[in-house]
Amino acid sequence: MMKIEIRTEPFNPWSEIESYQEQMQKDGQFGAMASFVGSMRDLNEEEQVTEMQLEHYPGMTEKHLMDICTEANKKWDLIDILVMHRVGEIRIGNPIVLVCVWSAHRAAAFDACRFIMEDLKSKAPFWKQETVAGGKRWVEKNTSG
Amino acid sequence: MSITVKYFASLREILGRSEDSLEIGDGNITVSEVWKQVAGKQKSLPDDVLTVINMEYVKPDAQVKDGDEVAFFPPVTGG
Repeated sequence: MMKIEIRTEPFNPWSEIESYQEQMQKDGQFGAMASFVGSMRDLNEEEQVTEMQLEHYPGMTEKHLMDICTEANKKWDLIDILVMHRVGEIRIGNPIVLVCVWSAHRAAAFDACRFIMEDLKSKAPFWKQETVAGGKRWVEKNTSG
Repeated sequence: MSITVKYFASLREILGRSEDSLEIGDGNITVSEVWKQVAGKQKSLPDDVLTVINMEYVKPDAQVKDGDEVAFFPPVTGG
């Protein structure tokens, strides 16, 4: 099982995890859950960032995220996956991405969560445009880790 | 044959449009040849531009077929 969602409005990752875990109805099956939340910072490349726009390729984004999760499901013995990603106007401190993985034991949850996140960073078709003092600029590449 | 070509992020701004519909007489065309048609023949495909057919990453020498959706975009920066 898995759920992929692109959100145009701010979301609260903690309540999303709680409500998703509740409706999974798999209590007793999972012994581990690992999550990653990425949020917007106010500083990038030594410049103050005030705003950010996140663009994506509708259709390909969802397809690619689904492919990443399907691959993770093949590599590890997982119970469920939840991936949420923001697009549109992001404000400082807003969560941008949530990856959450449930499994029987911790190794699969930790490793699959990292795998999905790294693949998302390097391949999922999203682009950030930041507003700094001098105007708007496209983020040219992600940090290595 | 007819294809749709999409551009995203900085590449969309550089080209000044988000999409083109192309009619191509010769049915034998690669992704990098599509780029030359839309960006002008003197411009070769920049090394860091990612190339996609029907929402799957492909190499620039991949063949395009009738009805395909081709996309060009800069390195991705999500997450």
